[in-house]
Amino acid sequence: MAGSLAARDRRVVITGVGIVAPGGIGTKAFWDTLVEGRTSTRRITLFDASPFRCQIAAECDFDPQLEGLSPKEIRRMDRAAQFAVVAAREALSDSGLDTAGTDRSRMAVSIGNAVGNTMRIEQEYVAISDGGRDWLVDWRYAAPYSYQYLLPSSIVSEVAWASGAEGPAVAVSSGCTSGLDSVGHAVQLIEDGSADIVVAGATDAPLCPMSMACFDAIRATTPRNDAPESGCRPFHRERDGLVLGEGAAVFVCEEYEHAVRRGAQLRAEIIGYANRANAYHMTGLRPDGRELAEAIRAALDQARLDPSEIDYVNAHGSGTKQNDLHETVAVKRSLGQHAYNVPMSSIKSMVGHSLGAIGSIEIAACVMAIEHGVIPPTANLTDQDPACDLDYVPVTAREQDTGVVLSIGSGFGGFQTAIVIAEPGRGAR
Amino acid sequence: MKAVITGLGVAAPNGIGTEAYWAATLAGQSGIGPITFFDATPYPVRLAGEVTGLSLAGYIPRKLRAQADHVTHLALAATMMALDDAGVDPAQQSAFDMGVIAANSSGGIMYGERGLQRLWSQGPAYVSAYMSIACFYAATAGQISIRHGMRGPCLILTSEQAGGVDAAGHARRQVRRGTPLVVTGGTDASLSPGGLASQIATRMLSPCPDPARAYVPFDAAASGYVLGIGGAMLLLESETNARQRGATRIYGELAGYAATFDPANGDGEPEGPAEPHDPPRGAGRFSRLGRAAELALADAQVAPEQVDVVFADAWGRAELDRAEAEAITGIFGPFGVPVTAPKSMTGRLYAAGGALDLITALLAMRDSVLPPTINVTSLAPGCDIDLVTGAPREKPVQTALVLARGLGGFNAAAVLTSVN
Repeated sequence: MAGSLAARDRRVVITGVGIVAPGGIGTKAFWDTLVEGRTSTRRITLFDASPFRCQIAAECDFDPQLEGLSPKEIRRMDRAAQFAVVAAREALSDSGLDTAGTDRSRMAVSIGNAVGNTMRIEQEYVAISDGGRDWLVDWRYAAPYSYQYLLPSSIVSEVAWASGAEGPAVAVSSGCTSGLDSVGHAVQLIEDGSADIVVAGATDAPLCPMSMACFDAIRATTPRNDAPESGCRPFHRERDGLVLGEGAAVFVCEEYEHAVRRGAQLRAEIIGYANRANAYHMTGLRPDGRELAEAIRAALDQARLDPSEIDYVNAHGSGTKQNDLHETVAVKRSLGQHAYNVPMSSIKSMVGHSLGAIGSIEIAACVMAIEHGVIPPTANLTDQDPACDLDYVPVTAREQDTGVVLSIGSGFGGFQTAIVIAEPGRGAR
Repeated sequence: MKAVITGLGVAAPNGIGTEAYWAATLAGQSGIGPITFFDATPYPVRLAGEVTGLSLAGYIPRKLRAQADHVTHLALAATMMALDDAGVDPAQQSAFDMGVIAANSSGGIMYGERGLQRLWSQGPAYVSAYMSIACFYAATAGQISIRHGMRGPCLILTSEQAGGVDAAGHARRQVRRGTPLVVTGGTDASLSPGGLASQIATRMLSPCPDPARAYVPFDAAASGYVLGIGGAMLLLESETNARQRGATRIYGELAGYAATFDPANGDGEPEGPAEPHDPPRGAGRFSRLGRAAELALADAQVAPEQVDVVFADAWGRAELDRAEAEAITGIFGPFGVPVTAPKSMTGRLYAAGGALDLITALLAMRDSVLPPTINVTSLAPGCDIDLVTGAPREKPVQTALVLARGLGGFNAAAVLTSVN
């Protein structure tokens, strides 16, 4: 059985968290947004979105200079890399890790993303093709880093340089579950002894014309341009598509004993992870939710948990007709009767769907839900779809002791992922 | 638990299909030539290793061909070859027991560039619905899983040219954690006008117009590398599973793997000047390649003197070749082990490159022969390595070390051992 082999002799804790998200930069602003149930979706300001079917998104109010990046770094890095480095610096500072006194070869980096440096790729292409006029682009206008922009691994390099890591470093890409799988990858690196510390998380900054055109073409995004703040409506009777977002979340994941030895704060423990493919369709989901249910089952199996021990399900909840139903079915299939008792909410209603980044942003929300004993709501859920018949924590955050959280994701390519986050110490059982 | 390789699939510039590629490689036949995918006359680099003559019809249904980038075509073709080679019919396996852990670096850039041109020259309405599924980096993994009904762990790793080896290492991790059969390897296809222009901007590509002199790693005349496209996929399996299903052949064991990352220089900035037109950062002076090799050998519980051959990363730039030669001599001593770079016949295939070296090493093991590095005539000063040049060298191979480096500081090393 996948995962069952992993002995509990090497456990994984989160000792630092950093976030760049719509609604505010940093963990505090992010958590305030969620607890207040505030939506950050708005008309797009990053470019002229008027030619597009969908003209709304959840944008970050991000000034790289204010966030401490040097002019050189700003010139070199795409927005996605800038987000990742800022989030990584917050996470490292939060963790209290003294990198000078750390064995850097035991320090790894795992950064997820779906579409890489897509804004810079597009800008570069526009520059060298004279606005798309020349198929044979003019190479003389290519920026020195234009090849690095094609590589998601260039973001990993930036995070590794910012953190001083010299161990295994890699970009993890599995579309919209990348942010769960990059942290899952970190868990496996620590469990099997390849690293003691992993700077892990995910970033994406897809808000550019090319992304809008892609999602327009398949009508995955909502056309609700007249009411941007209520554009993303997971589990709603009249939900009609996702709202794109952007952002990053980065964690310091650490082997439990290593963290305890240095007296680190233990913010949460990651006790189960599994990823599966539906092998069905690049955008379609099998109605029975079998593969997502299997990912959940395998993650719970690794965590040695009974479904009834889950206190909160952080949903994928993208707000598309298909996803929200698929996910509801998968949760019922895997959690059984407990599915009806456990609260399950989608923060995408507030911070949008930042593709590869959102999985890590959602893990951050899970960590803080455990710490604060508060479950973030599903905003805009004013009229629930009768086919989605679970407790989605509509509109208002809920106080509830929360020890164990299941976070799930599902995306293009058929990727289905589940991860279990718990209060520290839970993995000792 | 041993993870063994039971199937190989190759779509390389000098050969399509494992045996065609291997025959060409032993014969020293290069796949590097003038770019034909588009008119390259306006560019200062006009050579590449293209995969030509791959009949997609034999591997990919027509509808799917139109929905996927060439990077995915190459992945699907090489995967099918590897499954055939292994005698595995995925329909006969339990779906959750099969995974896909592969690598690519540049995603669907060839498809993406056409989409970008349509968007910017004609407007959003001209962007194909397939853009959303053809270009993202994970598309190849998704398409492989769909094509063969593989429902186990599935994702793409990226670390440029180190990616193919990193994917194999992570695939082994999945085998050990309970997924008995994992498709792994790498593909890349970044040969579009914009892809070429961006790679020219790195100043890493050789400006030499002579196909026989452009990519001569470890040579005193090394002037950069030639880019290539390709796909190299392997079927990694738990030894138990391979024996139980009566696998026709076990090529070898992936006995060791490790990865490291090159640090920034002392002032906290990434290595290399950050100004335009300076050499790229993240390789050379602070190389941790040797450390990756040591860790991989330790992981395999193999002593340096047991290693029969090293497949070099062979970047083709003086300072980087020298850093690699020093990493090798640091472990094996000067001229202490045969070193080879058959990629001198294909160009650097990025994510496919490291994976193809794994395949080539397994073939060398099978046939007791070391393929040559072609076109290298005089070793650069400081490169004190026993480079296999000219003709193949007969030698039994029990253990091979494969090295790979990705632009931006990535190092990966794998140790393959014979199971006989």
